[in-house]
Amino acid sequence: MEQTVFRGKAWVFGDDVDTDLIYHNKYLHITDPEEMPQYAFEYYPGRENFANEVNEGDILVAGKNFGCGSSREHAVYALKYAGIPVVIADSFSRIYYRNAVNNGYPVLFAPGITDVVSDGDEIEVNMETGQIKNLTTGEETHGDAVANLEKEIMSHGGLLQYLKAQTGHD
Amino acid sequence: MGKTFAEKALGRAAGHEVTANDVVTVEPDFCMSHDNAAPISKIFKKIGVDKVWDPDHLVFILDHAVPAPSDKHAQNHKDVREFVAEQGIRHFYDVMSDGGVCHQVMCEAGYALPGTIIVGSDSHTCTYGAFGAFSTGIGRSEMAATWATGKIWFKVPESMKVNVTGSFPKGVASKDLILKLIGDIGADGADYMSAEFHGPGIEQMSLAERMTITNMGIEMGGKNAACPPDQKVMDFVRDIAKTDNWEPLWADDDAVYTKELSYNLNDLVPGLAKPHTVDNWGPIDEMKGETIHQAFLGSCTNARIEDLRGAAEILKGHKVAVRTIVIPASWAVYRQAMKEGLMDIFLDAGCVITNPGCGPCMGNHEGILAPGEVCISTANRNFKGRMGNKESFIYLASPLTVAASALKGEFADPREV
Repeated sequence: MEQTVFRGKAWVFGDDVDTDLIYHNKYLHITDPEEMPQYAFEYYPGRENFANEVNEGDILVAGKNFGCGSSREHAVYALKYAGIPVVIADSFSRIYYRNAVNNGYPVLFAPGITDVVSDGDEIEVNMETGQIKNLTTGEETHGDAVANLEKEIMSHGGLLQYLKAQTGHD
Repeated sequence: MGKTFAEKALGRAAGHEVTANDVVTVEPDFCMSHDNAAPISKIFKKIGVDKVWDPDHLVFILDHAVPAPSDKHAQNHKDVREFVAEQGIRHFYDVMSDGGVCHQVMCEAGYALPGTIIVGSDSHTCTYGAFGAFSTGIGRSEMAATWATGKIWFKVPESMKVNVTGSFPKGVASKDLILKLIGDIGADGADYMSAEFHGPGIEQMSLAERMTITNMGIEMGGKNAACPPDQKVMDFVRDIAKTDNWEPLWADDDAVYTKELSYNLNDLVPGLAKPHTVDNWGPIDEMKGETIHQAFLGSCTNARIEDLRGAAEILKGHKVAVRTIVIPASWAVYRQAMKEGLMDIFLDAGCVITNPGCGPCMGNHEGILAPGEVCISTANRNFKGRMGNKESFIYLASPLTVAASALKGEFADPREV
C-alpha cells in the first residue's frame, strides 16, 4: 500500500450488504473494471443514484458481513474504480475480503464502526495503525491492522503483481 | 490434541501438521470454473504464463447461461471453447448432455472426492464437502493465479461443529435444517470457518440431502462445509473417481472447535427464508395462505433426483395453481427422472420443464420475475433482485414446500397435502 492515511466523506451502509446489491448479476458480462462503477448499488434501496453522487476519495463504511454472497470480483472493482480508496466495515465476508486483498484494495475490519460514523461525516483512517477519526464529531475508534501475508500481497498492488514479483515475470 | 477436518485436510495437502490460523500453500486437486472460465482466461493471459500448470487439474462446466440466451453469452462460451482447445483441457462440459449445473456435475462425475482440495470460481463450491472434500469458492484473479502456479494460499480456518441427531419427520427436508441453522446463527455466523457436520442425523441422510446442506455453507459465511466420508460416500465415489490420488480423512473426536451447535431433526418444521436475506427464517405457519406467483424447483441446492421424487410425490395426480418451473440439476438427473416417470408427473401437473443449468437462479433467463411477484424457490439465495427484478420477492424452501405451495398457489405446508 503506497498511501496509508485516507480522509474523506463517509457513505454508511447497514449489515449483510450482499454482492448483488453492490453489483448486480445483470452486469456480470462486463469485464472492463472501468465500466463497473456506474452500476454500483443500483439495486440498493435508497442508494440507486450512488454512482452519480459518489466522489473520488469518499470512504465506504458498512456494518457486519459486507460483501456476502457471490465470488464476483466486480463487487470489489465497482467500488475501487469509483475512486473509493478504502472500505471499512464491522466485518467482511470471506470471499469479498480475499478478492479485495488479491486486487490490492484496502479494506479494514473495524467492529462498531457504524456506531461512530454517520452518513456524510468526514473521517480519517490510518491503515498502518488502524486508527479511525471522525473529524465531524471528534469521536475515534480502531480497526484491526491487516495481517502479514495479506499486507505483502496488497503492498505489491494485488495477487497478480505479487506473483510476478515472486516468479520473476514482468 | 485432536485435529478438525480442515486442519487435517489442509495439513496433509501442505505436507506438514497445521492448526487453525496457520497460513499454508497447497496444490488443489481440481480447479472448477463455469462460464466465468472466459473472463478468468483473460486475466490468466495477463500474468505472462503461456500454459496452465496442469490442464488435467482444471474442470470447466458451462451452466450459468445455457444454451446461450444472448450474443454476449454466446461469445463468452466461444471464448471458453477456444481456451479449452488451446490449453488441452480434457475435463470440459460444454452445452451437451453430459453436463448440468457445475456443482452437480462435479459430484456425480467423480471430481468431488474425500480428502481432496478443490477450489472453484463460484461461491457454492463448498458443496463438495458432502463427499468429505475441502472445497471453497474463490475469485477470478485468484483462480487465474492458481491456473498459472498450481498453488493457492489458505489461512487454516477455525471450525464450527454441528451435531445432528434424529431423523426427518414427514414433510421436513435437509433444506429445512440448513435454513433454520442459518437463521439461528445469521448470515455471518460461520464467517471464515470450516462448518463440520457430525452425528447420526447426518449419517442417515442421503448424499443428496448432505449436498443441500454443504451447498449453503457459504450462506452463513463458511469457508467450507463438510460431512464425514462414510460408507455411503465411499460406495458412491469408488467407481467414478476421476483420479486415483485421493484418500478419505475426517476430524478427530477430540478436535477443538470454536463453536458447537446441536440439532435434533425430529424437532424441525418446514420453514422459509424470507426476502431479502437467507438468514431471515420463519416457520411455514407464518406465511401460510399468502399468494405466490411462481414456484421454482431447481438450482445446485435442490434439483437432484431425490428432490424431484419428493416434489413429484406431492404433485402426482394434481394440477399446479401457479406457473412452476422445474430444472433438473443435470442431464443425468433429467434422464433418470424420465425413466422413473417423474417428468410425466410434472407435465401432467402443468409444470414447465427446461434444460439443466442455473436457469433463473441468478437472473439470467428461464423464469425472471416481474415487479411485485413472489417466488418460492429451492435455490440458495433470496437477495433483492437475485432472480432478475429488484421489485420481486424470493422465498427459499425445500422441494416439498415448493411443490405443496405450487399446488395451492400460496405458501403451503407439505405436511398437510
